[in-house]
Amino acid sequence: MSQAEVKPPPPVVEMHDVSITFGAVRALDGVSLRLLPGEVHALMGENGAGKSTLIKALTGVYTIDAGRVRIDGVETQFATPAAAQRAGISTVYQEVNLVPNLTVAENMLLGRERHRFGRLGPIDRRDMNRRAAASLQSLGIDVDPGSELGSHPIAVQQLVAIARAVDTDARVLILDEPTSSLDADEVARLFDVMRRLREQGTAIVFVSHFLDQVFEIADRMTILRNGRVVGERLVAETTQLELVQLMIGRDLQVLERLDQAAHEATEEAAEQRLPVLSALGLGRKGSLEATDLTLYPGEVVGIAGLLGSGRTELARLLFGADAPDTGELTVKGSSGRRLRSPRHAIDRKLAFCSEDRKAEGVFEELSVADNMLLGLQASRGWLRPIPTATRSALVKEFMAALDVRPADSSLPMRSLSGGNQQKVLLARWLITEPDVLLLDEPTRGIDIGAKTQIQQLVADLAEKGMSVVFISAELEEVLRLSHRLVVLKDRRKIAERPNRGIDINDVLEIITGEPGGVAEKERADA
Amino acid sequence: MSTQVATAEAGFLARVSRFSPPRRYLPVLGTFALFIGMFGVGGIRYDGFADPQVFLTLLLDNGFLIVLAVGMTFVILTGGIDLSVGSNVALSTLIAARTLEVGWPVAAVIGVVLLSGTLLGTAMGLLIHYFDIQPFIATLAGMFLARGLCYLISVESIPIEDGTFKTIAFGSITLPGGYYLGWTAVFALAVVAVAAYVLSSTRFGRTVYALGGSESSALLMGLPVAATKVGVYAISGLCAALGGLLFALYTLSGYSLHAVGMELDAIAAVVIGGTLLTGGRGFVVGSLLGVLVLGTIQTFISFDGTLSSWWTRISIGVLVLVFVVAQRVLTRR
Repeated sequence: MSQAEVKPPPPVVEMHDVSITFGAVRALDGVSLRLLPGEVHALMGENGAGKSTLIKALTGVYTIDAGRVRIDGVETQFATPAAAQRAGISTVYQEVNLVPNLTVAENMLLGRERHRFGRLGPIDRRDMNRRAAASLQSLGIDVDPGSELGSHPIAVQQLVAIARAVDTDARVLILDEPTSSLDADEVARLFDVMRRLREQGTAIVFVSHFLDQVFEIADRMTILRNGRVVGERLVAETTQLELVQLMIGRDLQVLERLDQAAHEATEEAAEQRLPVLSALGLGRKGSLEATDLTLYPGEVVGIAGLLGSGRTELARLLFGADAPDTGELTVKGSSGRRLRSPRHAIDRKLAFCSEDRKAEGVFEELSVADNMLLGLQASRGWLRPIPTATRSALVKEFMAALDVRPADSSLPMRSLSGGNQQKVLLARWLITEPDVLLLDEPTRGIDIGAKTQIQQLVADLAEKGMSVVFISAELEEVLRLSHRLVVLKDRRKIAERPNRGIDINDVLEIITGEPGGVAEKERADA
Repeated sequence: MSTQVATAEAGFLARVSRFSPPRRYLPVLGTFALFIGMFGVGGIRYDGFADPQVFLTLLLDNGFLIVLAVGMTFVILTGGIDLSVGSNVALSTLIAARTLEVGWPVAAVIGVVLLSGTLLGTAMGLLIHYFDIQPFIATLAGMFLARGLCYLISVESIPIEDGTFKTIAFGSITLPGGYYLGWTAVFALAVVAVAAYVLSSTRFGRTVYALGGSESSALLMGLPVAATKVGVYAISGLCAALGGLLFALYTLSGYSLHAVGMELDAIAAVVIGGTLLTGGRGFVVGSLLGVLVLGTIQTFISFDGTLSSWWTRISIGVLVLVFVVAQRVLTRR
């Protein structure tokens, strides 16, 4: 690394001032990135910061609107991922992009097999298996090339994907969240392979949410926030704290006001009121260990935790979208019966805004008004249509209250930006007048303006007595809004405490288990 | 597990299954076992059922369906479906009969039939890939189109009187022991062999499997997705035209009501042959066995003489159901 500083080799990839716009959203705004051979370059940023977009811009999945891309000093613009691959830029995505029904060797060499008896002869399987075995061995991966890919765990499939990428003589290897589904041993194996490749002079782009891993493997990093580069640093000269501050940023005074409101409300919350929902030992095999959680009216409970810590799983259990194996869930003190289904939950005045807006929330072809009224119609049953007057009154009220733009409720949902779609989804649930609102990543991937509006709304709703569970990958957002904080890690609750005088570093300590965190964990367990 | 099945069936199968990962051969072995079992039961129950000539006639009677099922296997392996092949067969028989009637040379007749069938398939493939239309809908349109074109050519059945056609239709090769195998059956088996080679040992074939495994992955792996996807429908069209020629030879006529619903027989044969409807898993040999199983059911009923022919349909229905459920159970893990 320091060598690279003394006499930097020319960069393999230089992206300069690259911009990409989707509809009204500027996904990348004048982003520059340079990749040096023999270096692991981490791409850091929160969800929606533009990491994936940047990768897709480089590899020809998206066309860039402005800016230049130079490969080995030559200006280039790839039209397809295949073209990028031919130029030596290979990508391994988070979901393994191989075919499970073929063998490991076929997956590595498909499209580049050798034939027996000349061009028209059959594919030489023996040669294929031999080449695959050699290439796997050179990376220290121990897999039978003749076995079916789908019969191996995801970690091995991921390594095979890397082997395929490397085998195409990749000079640039992009790893998009390769470790999100791996355990510690598997990560160590992956890092071994990465180190070998680095020694061979490959430029590696590493995208990960796990800070420790980035600091272990990366040499250099570029930090993105809201589609802009906020810094390029050498890892050796950066602390985790600096990185997190760069990633999260400190913006907008509105938020400080929210902070205060949240903290004042904490004082009077809880204790004297009756819980609106309480979960006792609620758990489900493979998704969440037994967890206790009590919600009081008028409070926001923030759920903090990294990707895969069980955040979404908790919300789904609370809402009855997944059936718990253990534990009891009591809604508004009424008996200990379980919620059998989301429908049942809705009847008891629960509402759940899913993390996956596209797949589990929005009906793109229906109008904004229809999307808003779906929840209410569902809870009334289809035999009792909502009177037209009520419909338009409700839609009008909520369009205005949530500031949905464009303010035309007859437009199809797909013509709205992500932020406005999210507002419509919120409206859908608010119309049903829930007592408990479960929000899973309500601000992901939406622009900062809509984000603050939604945050403000959450605060207001709590003030009016609604109980809100707020889940977000952005710790700052969670801290800003919640009265109480629940920290999840590795699919279990490791801490719960009132949000008083906690800052991001404290939460990170709890999660990373560094000194302060351990003490906290013990306190929580006791 | 497959080893048990194999030893129960025959010793050499055990070697076959040890040769490769056994699980993917399981469905085909199941179909093979079923076929052998049915023939065994038939041989015990009815005189003359176990005669090898019964089996050879089975191939002759189902030659066209074998070829159709081969084309359908390509399509289903990519996760698609082709409903147009039955109509395509009828159209091919009519084109052949009409062009022969007006005196075209045989080579030209065959050429034009193969060309028209392939064109229909290619057109549907282009629609499916570039306009992202569901295969079900695109080929349903193709099915109506081809059937409609038949009526444009002729509403009546046209007999085929051509000498060459008749020679091929009745010609056969004699096997040791005095058994004989019709030319059309030989041809159908050749098609199976070529298709098996293409699927197992060419880039195109392996890409077909990759497409069935995951189309988006195949795209990101830099494989020729467009050419392959259009290609399988072109192949299915070509096979339908070949099947049409065989059917014309079998019936010596061209008629717009030929092969109504035959696409469903082909699909049933492919499914019974162990090919996964979601794509990515299956073998042409399985489809061949699937056709033979269907044919054996018919033979059964004709040997029995007391059973209504509708039992054929009922047994096919039950078999398809059993195989689809079995696949589901096998792949759910």
